[in-house]
Amino acid sequence: MSKIEDANIRKRNKKRNRLIFRTIILLVLLAALVFALVSNLTKEKSMIEKGDQAIPFVLKQLNGSNDTLNLSDLEGKGIMLNFWATYCKPCEQEMPYMESLYPVYKEKGVEIVAVSVDATELVINRFVEKYQLSFPIVHDRDGQVMDAYNIGPLPTTLFINPDGEVVEIVKGPLTLSRLEGYLQQIQPK
Amino acid sequence: MGDMVSLSGNFLYLAFVLYLVATFFFGGTIKDKRSQGTKSLASRIAISLTILGFLSQVGYFITRWIASAHAPVSNLFEFMTFFGMMLVLAFIIIYFIYRLNMLGLFTLPVALLVIAYASVFPTEISPLVPSLKSHWLYIHVTTVSLGEAILAISFAAGLIYLIKQVDQSKKSKRTTWLEIVIYGLISTLGFVLISSIFSSLDYKATFEFPFDEQITEVEYNLPAIAGPHEGELLTEDRMSSVFEVPSWMKGVNAAKKFNTLLWSLVTGLAMYLILRLLLRKRIAAAIQPLLQKANSELLDEISYRAVAIGFPVFTLGGLIFAAIWAQEAWDRYWGWDPKEVWALITWFFYAVFLHLRLSKGWHGEKSAWLAVIGFAIIMFNLIAVNLVIAGLHSYA
Amino acid sequence: MRKLTCDACGHVNPQGTSICSECGKPLQIDSNDIESNKSLLNMRYDGSAVRSKTHNKSIVDKIWNFFSSVKIGVTLIVITLIASAVGTILPQEMYIPPNVQPADHYKDEYGIFGQIYYQLGFHNLYSSWWYMILIALIGISIFIVSIDRGVPLYRALTNQKPTRHESFLKRQKLFSETDFVSQDDQENIIFSLKKHRYKVREENGHILAEKGRFSRWGPYVNHLGLIIFLFGSLLRFIPFMHIDDFVWIREGDTVVIPKTDGEYYVKNENFILETYDEEDERFSEAIKNKGMVASNYQTDVVIYKSTGTQLIGQDPDLAEIKQGSIRVNHPIKFDGYALYQSSYQQNEFSSISFKIHKAEDKDEKALANFTVDLTKPQSLYELENGYRVEIDQYFPEYFLDEGVPRSKSKYPRNPAFVFFVYPPNQGEPEISFAGIGRNVSSGEGNEYKVGLTGFEMRDVTGLSVKRDYTLPILGLGAAIFMIGVIQGMYWQHRRIWLHPKGNGLMIAAHTNKNWYGLKNEFAKIIADTEINMVIDQEQEDD
Repeated sequence: MSKIEDANIRKRNKKRNRLIFRTIILLVLLAALVFALVSNLTKEKSMIEKGDQAIPFVLKQLNGSNDTLNLSDLEGKGIMLNFWATYCKPCEQEMPYMESLYPVYKEKGVEIVAVSVDATELVINRFVEKYQLSFPIVHDRDGQVMDAYNIGPLPTTLFINPDGEVVEIVKGPLTLSRLEGYLQQIQPK
Repeated sequence: MGDMVSLSGNFLYLAFVLYLVATFFFGGTIKDKRSQGTKSLASRIAISLTILGFLSQVGYFITRWIASAHAPVSNLFEFMTFFGMMLVLAFIIIYFIYRLNMLGLFTLPVALLVIAYASVFPTEISPLVPSLKSHWLYIHVTTVSLGEAILAISFAAGLIYLIKQVDQSKKSKRTTWLEIVIYGLISTLGFVLISSIFSSLDYKATFEFPFDEQITEVEYNLPAIAGPHEGELLTEDRMSSVFEVPSWMKGVNAAKKFNTLLWSLVTGLAMYLILRLLLRKRIAAAIQPLLQKANSELLDEISYRAVAIGFPVFTLGGLIFAAIWAQEAWDRYWGWDPKEVWALITWFFYAVFLHLRLSKGWHGEKSAWLAVIGFAIIMFNLIAVNLVIAGLHSYA
Repeated sequence: MRKLTCDACGHVNPQGTSICSECGKPLQIDSNDIESNKSLLNMRYDGSAVRSKTHNKSIVDKIWNFFSSVKIGVTLIVITLIASAVGTILPQEMYIPPNVQPADHYKDEYGIFGQIYYQLGFHNLYSSWWYMILIALIGISIFIVSIDRGVPLYRALTNQKPTRHESFLKRQKLFSETDFVSQDDQENIIFSLKKHRYKVREENGHILAEKGRFSRWGPYVNHLGLIIFLFGSLLRFIPFMHIDDFVWIREGDTVVIPKTDGEYYVKNENFILETYDEEDERFSEAIKNKGMVASNYQTDVVIYKSTGTQLIGQDPDLAEIKQGSIRVNHPIKFDGYALYQSSYQQNEFSSISFKIHKAEDKDEKALANFTVDLTKPQSLYELENGYRVEIDQYFPEYFLDEGVPRSKSKYPRNPAFVFFVYPPNQGEPEISFAGIGRNVSSGEGNEYKVGLTGFEMRDVTGLSVKRDYTLPILGLGAAIFMIGVIQGMYWQHRRIWLHPKGNGLMIAAHTNKNWYGLKNEFAKIIADTEINMVIDQEQEDD
């Protein structure tokens, strides 16, 4: 009797082990498949995302009294970080809007920082003179900041709240009213 | 240096003639009464001539290498010629394993056809572009073409098998497909003939047509059946095109290539029809009685064995060496370039061949048909991908 | 689970077995199995039960069985093959011009067919989700098939006994029966088998001679290689494992190498483009027919490592770690990274020299000279003889946008300037417009003119940046695949059974491939004996 029982138990164990073995292998293979598909879909993670912390940087400032601008010094303020270039027409179009809102929002604790990716200071200076820009213009000559933020098309504007968190990313030019809406969003309470 | 080039050319010419004569001697062995008559005089002469031809072609290869200072596998002429040489080498190897004369009768003409085909393309020595300047050029190209040549032997054996085995007493799908395969081979001959004829007549007709928003000229070396889209004939006393290719045929030479293809098919068809008229039966049916002595099982074995031997060589040369080189030259080991994709397709196909044979028991006729399709894929990759689907590999 | 009990030896075999693993007697299996009705035995997997062909019910077993089918595996490969071929009909998205919308491009270039092709996703086939699933399914199939068939085959071959049932021998493809075999011949054949490198095992006069068994593991070894390869490809999705980027560098510039977190910098010392000499006798004909052919693309570079931690945007402290040339086929490698020569531009200006001369002077005698460094143009140039020039506007890549001068980019490909020229001791400037190929004074009646006297250009090299830690894994996979495929294809597993019957001997021989070779070898083995040559029973049927 016990022999048959033994055999049955052995058989049952064998069957169970086989099931566990197969289940584990199939799960591992399935996990690999899902990993591949998900990675493939998210491969083109183009730039810094909403919710990320702003990346600190230091750049030469071309206007105003300071020589350099360190993003960390603006801690506690809302920051509008605008990537632009003199040769970019839509960038040019939104500059007056930024200039018109700047004095009002500077009072409220919002700083506008415009990062130019141009090659030479001369062209930026001429541009600043032309539009009488008073907010800080910094020069990312080697494209390091643009690379770190993984910026694609110009203009691209990031709105960073007083905690240093990126709350909005806008690709392309802004209208006056949209701009104001975003600025209100990052205004310190 | 010029002497070296002409010496090289003479070697190639000699090799061609030797292969041709050897083919006739292999033909002579068919009538041999003794079965498997490898000891007969005709077969000894045939294989000796083949080896001599091969050595002569090796001579061509070496002298051309010396003349150009790089391995002569860098353009379509050189590569196809080399493929022909590898075909002969693969045949010699298989011959000494199986001693089957009939294989020579089918393989050598294919090699002849390949070499003749090669000679239609520009034969001058071309300088190497930077991406080709690597030892991997000859490591990769020689292995891949040896691999493909061995796989081509599988086609030759499979074709003999099919001509022998397919029932010719009534028309069927199989007889039709077999005729199509033969017609394909004849068309290649047609291409060689028609190109040579018009080239010896020095036929030139220039068309101008809009390309990339400017007017471009293209020189036809065959009378234009299909002219460039919105093209205009410039040369006087030349036939203007019968029709124009549709606008989606892009590329400077697309229309010219299409015209050449048309000529090949038409000439091939004419030759095929003449043969049919002369023989008064299907070509395969006419050849069949000559093959009665052939051992079907041995043919099947050779066809399979060639794949078994060729598949690893092809994998090594066509995928692994190719990937190593691509990593060095183009910074990625795999880039989905059409030529790469077709190498992968070839590899997939022979993997299927082996699985069906080993696990599903596809022997005999099924296996032979697969061998024929495999060869079609290889030839497509060698020729069509270079000429039709342009990509990184189109050096020709 | 139903078991199959062998009626000859009583051994209990698992369901699905076609040949008793103990004595080799063919087992009665379902009559609908066509193979069993053939006179010859199917020796695939040595008659052992493919593991999945067992009784089962659970969903896990069903999925498992689905993948363990060779038919499914082959079907998957065929589908992938056809899809791959379709993907080459039109160029893939990565090969079309970068500045066009793919949807429009395929429609405009290839009409309705192109539109359908695009809609079905064939324009980006090889990274599409369904192509990836196909490859993954093939991978899963390879994995499961190998476990399912490799393990039982291994058991069957390691457990095989020399004694096989009579009907096993009779139903082999190569078989012979000799009624009387002398003692001498018995010894001769064993000796001869050993001489041919067969491993001979004996059991009560029954003999099994075997060689090349290891070739049977070939398929499983090569499948293992493929699995390792696929695993390596999977790892490429981890950003740490695989970096792929590109950087443009102007001659003389030092830039950060992208994707290195600002750790490495590269300086372009010089870019060289060489072409073949037309005079070279070897190539003159080809060059005449096809035009100039480049012989070398090369960038001389210095690689730096940033020491210390700087904030992004600060000038880094750089320590040189490597100096060398990058040529096509010869990338430079450092710390796991590799830089490849992959592109170049030759149309950029680095500096332009001008002179000021009197507008009406026919000889255009220079009154003052100045050079504008385009990487650092100054706003004011103080010149000899008291002349001053101010740059009012600088357009690196000048064009007229609806009549308004603008720049297309920041790159000096077509530089143009608006100059304010201050003659000596004068407060009021003359306005002058100057650029490459156009130096017209914009004001009528200008006394002075600014003329171009020379320029320098600099090349831009395009380097691709790679780091791929998966390469060793892929290489290992490929190497194992090659070993497996050679092992399986270039060797054969040959077995010869000797079965004493009375004074005679029954002999059967089997190989997994190359029967022709086995027959020849067998003929040699029995050459000095009276034993009958094996007959090919399959051929007789034909």
